[in-house]
Parts: sequence; C-alpha cells; structure tokens
Amino acid sequence: MHFFGLGPDEAEAMRLSLRVAFWAMLWSLPFGLAAALVLARGRFWGKSLLDGFVHLPLVMPPVVTGYLLLLLFGHNGPLGRFFAVFGVVFAFRWTGAALAAAVTAFPLMVRAMRLSLEAVDRRLEEAAGTLGAGRVPAFVVVTLPLMTPGIVAGMVLSFARSLGEFGATITFVSNIPGETQTIPLEIYNLTQTPGGDSAALRLTAVSVILSLLALLASEVLARQIGRRISAD
Amino acid sequence: MLAVDIQHRLGAFALEIRFESGPGLTALFGRSGAGKTSVVNAVAGLIRPLRGYIAVDGAVLLDTERGVFVPAHRRRIGYIFQEGRLFPHLSVRKNLLFGRWFAPRSRTPPARFDDIVELLGVGPLLARRPGRLSGGEKQRVAIGRALLESPRVLLMDEPLASLDAARKDEILPYLERLRDHADVPIVYVSHAAAEVARLATTIVLIADGRVQAVGPVAEIMGRAGQYPLAGGFEAGAVLAVTVAAHDPRWGLTELAGGFGRLTVPRLDLPLGSPLRVRIRARDVILAVERPSGISALNVLAGTVEALAPIGEEAVEVQLRLGAERLLARITQRSRHTLGLVPGRPVFALIKTVAIDRRSLGGGGEAADFGEEVDVFDG
Repeated sequence: MHFFGLGPDEAEAMRLSLRVAFWAMLWSLPFGLAAALVLARGRFWGKSLLDGFVHLPLVMPPVVTGYLLLLLFGHNGPLGRFFAVFGVVFAFRWTGAALAAAVTAFPLMVRAMRLSLEAVDRRLEEAAGTLGAGRVPAFVVVTLPLMTPGIVAGMVLSFARSLGEFGATITFVSNIPGETQTIPLEIYNLTQTPGGDSAALRLTAVSVILSLLALLASEVLARQIGRRISAD
Repeated sequence: MLAVDIQHRLGAFALEIRFESGPGLTALFGRSGAGKTSVVNAVAGLIRPLRGYIAVDGAVLLDTERGVFVPAHRRRIGYIFQEGRLFPHLSVRKNLLFGRWFAPRSRTPPARFDDIVELLGVGPLLARRPGRLSGGEKQRVAIGRALLESPRVLLMDEPLASLDAARKDEILPYLERLRDHADVPIVYVSHAAAEVARLATTIVLIADGRVQAVGPVAEIMGRAGQYPLAGGFEAGAVLAVTVAAHDPRWGLTELAGGFGRLTVPRLDLPLGSPLRVRIRARDVILAVERPSGISALNVLAGTVEALAPIGEEAVEVQLRLGAERLLARITQRSRHTLGLVPGRPVFALIKTVAIDRRSLGGGGEAADFGEEVDVFDG
C-alpha cells in the first residue's frame, strides 16, 4: 500500500488499528446500550457502585486496566480459560487488543448513550402504551430511534478512543508486529528505533487524519439523524 | 359505560373517587390539584390505585380485591394528553396509524382512517412532522391517533390548557363533533368552566380528591354555591335553546328554550338549530317587579329556588325559569333590600351584548347537528 508512502509494516499497523477499533466498537455496542439503559432507568441497590465500576477504566491508569485484563483473560486467568473452551483466545492476539480497546472506551460509549436516553421524554413511551404498545415495543419503536444521535456519538467516541489505545494494550497483549502492534504501539516502537522518525511522522499524520475523519463522519451522521427525527 | 370506584394516596393527598359515566362527554371538573388527572391516569392504567375497581363496558380493568390489573397497552383506552405527546420522529400519518401496529388486524376496519382524517380535518397535515404543527393541529392529530385505536373510552386531560384562545376556538367544534358523532364516550378533565359548560353532557365535580356532585351539565352548572367547591370558577348557568327567529334589521337572533325567549347578537344558523348558552351569574340583574324603560332586551320571569353566600359581600341566587335554571350573582345588600327568599317571584335581566360567541356551543342532543358548529370558529 502506498498510502502516504507507508511501508508494509506501517500499513499493516494501520489496517490492524482499524480492525481492532471496529470490532471493539461493535462488540461493546450491545453491552454499552444495556449499561446505559440500566444506569438511566434502573432503580436498584448498588446502582452507584455499578456506575462507578463502568466508569473505572476512564480514571484508572490504562496500564492497570491492561494488567487486570491480563490477570483475568490471560492464559491462566479464569475468564481466559473459560473463553479458551470455545476457542476464543485473547492473550497476545489482536482479539485481546480489541478487548483492551473496548474496555477502556466503554465509559465514553455508555456516557453518550445514557445522556441521550435520559433526554428522551419518557412520557412518549406512556403515550405509546395507551396506543397498545407494550413496554419493550414502545422502547424499540419510540425511544430507540429518538436516541440514535447518542448511539452514533457513543460509537464514534468508542472507535476514536480505540484507535488511540496504548497502555492497556501493550500491558495485556504486548507489542507483536502484525498481531497486536496498532498505530500507537508502532509509533512508540519507531521513536525507540534510530532512524524511525520519518516513519513515526507518517503514522502520526495517518492517526490525525483517521481521528478527524471519524469526528467528521459522526458530525454528518448526527446532523442527518437530527433532521430526520425532529422538525421536518 | 365506565364505572370507577378507586382509592389512592399521593403523598399526603388522599383520593377517593366513585362515579359512573355514560355516553357523551363526562367532564371531571375541579380546580388544579383536585386529583382529576390521577383519576384518568388510573383509568388508562398509568397509575395503579391502592384499592378499587374500574370497568368499561363490562370489561374489568382493575379490581384490587381479585388482583386484576390490566396493563395500559391492553386496555384499549384512548388518551389525549395536555401536551399532545406526538412522536416527533414519525410523520403525522405514521403517528395516526401508530396504534394499528400493535392492534390485532381484525379490530379496525380500514375505512375509518379516512373518516377520522376527515372528521378532524388533518388531511393536509399527513406528510408533515409534528415539529411543524401548531398547538391546535397537534391536538387534532393526537385525538385522531387515539380514535384510530378504536378505544372503548376516550380520556382527555386538559387538552386545551396549553393553547391560546384562538387555538381553543379552533379545537372546540371538533370536540363537539366528536361528542355528537363519534360514538365513543369521552372523559374530559378540565378546570375551565366555560369549556365544561360548552362540552359536557355530564359533570363530575371533584374537589379535594372527592366527588362533590354528579349530574347533567345544566343541573350542576345551575346550582348555586358550587363556585367555592370547584375552585373559584366563573359561575354561570347553561340553558338549552334552539334558534327561533332572526331579526336582520337589528342584527339579532332569538333563541327559544324551556324558559321563554332570549335575544342574542345575530347568529348565522338555520332556524331550529339546537344550542347551549352559558349565562354568567355576574351578567344577570334581578328585579322584583317587571321593569320598564330599560335597555336590556331579555327580561325573564322566574322564582328564587335557593341562595348561597359567596364570600362576605356576594350571594349566588339560583332561579327556576320554567324547565331551566339560571344563576345570578348579586350583593348581600341587594338580596336584603329586595327581600329575596326561596319561592319569591323575580325577573331576571340579561343584556344581549353580554352573550358573546364564547357563551354559545353546539347543542349536543340533536344528531343532525355538526357542520353548522363551525360558525363558532371565532
């Protein structure tokens, strides 16, 4: 690939980063939505504890998150063994990088979705109820479409955060070219290597462009959706 | 037919409501905070009363003793909220058809859609989004949306409260049409006496979480002393009349009722049209002898039926005029000077110009009435 004159290693890192960020975003989507729903609507003992737990990756050092993931999902970790039964391995694989990215980006996703959910007038669901819609159908047909801007925002934030994940990734799945070496890890590598400056600069440019594109895309999407669900 | 007998508690406020309502429009009338909205919310299934029983057309929706609570979405009860609550992301057409997504197919014959669109005049709005509608248009769509669900009862919670006077006048004729033609009993929550006088078939007067009086609109509105109960509304009796004659020379119309005749400013209505007229108690002057040489065109003979003091200085006098009742509000001093006691014959004077268009509404009993109501569109 001759995108920005990237060498094969750098192109590999870019492709890997996009793949990791995409799957991290997609897999955390249902969990993020569920967490947003529970935190916005739920009333139960220990809710603030759950709230704190969800936000933990936002305030914890990423290295700590990565180390905890290693303990839990490593070869000898309880969850690592559990998933290994189904043939899913996280340790030192790109799937692990995706998991690390998903976990660190999770609070941002939940936050965006929760805010948009809380902004939807609950009385609309009541109205849907009087028109024959049960609670779940009313949520799906009324609330979910009205909170799509927040869902999109959450997905974009998660994607962008995942592109930049470094600390948790390097701690959890190390820095393996072609497997776990995403753009930030590759840049780190290059800055440690004599003569790697120009390559690091190229990847930095790629990184900036990818982030900008993600933000632009979300802006356009949000505007389109906003127009669709409001005044027109 | 709707039967309600519920007890509920909201903080320190106790609600204990029992009434039955038949066809036409039943107004739950009373001041804000009297518990009216809680009653319709209980009927709709949006709140669960502590104790009680609610049934519509024999179908039990709530019976706490037998542990019956039908959830809101299975009740088939139309609800028109004060703020409309249209779905902002759906077009008017999809809003109208919303209930059909969830209703069994057999329930609504497709022809009704056009009828209801026609009845409410929302045809030109179908492709629009709610965000682009005026308050009055929104409420008409909300009414249509509820009607298309083929509800057993239509609940309306202050549907005009958030509208200005012009929008109110725009909606009122549609509500009258609905009452007279839609074959769905309506329960209408309001604290506005003029609205209730114009629309109600039956009034349930609610104060402090309890039913204070139930009866036909003329009966309740013509009763003295309800004013403090319902929270300081503008007291005024409601008379049933028909258009009897026009006087083009002076721009007047004569209305006939069970009390005699009433001259009002000219109405563009065919002879025989049934109407109801609301006459505010403060617009009525009383005399003990038939007065002469006065400007008021209406002098009606009647007898004093009851008196109810209002505050220190005023008194409401309930009059019997043939088959109808009239209320007059006068000072205690005048009552004393004229020696007004129950049974005393009096004459009621009403200025023609005091009866404006807002005092008049569709009759509600006659089936052949409907199009002409639009005349009152203000």
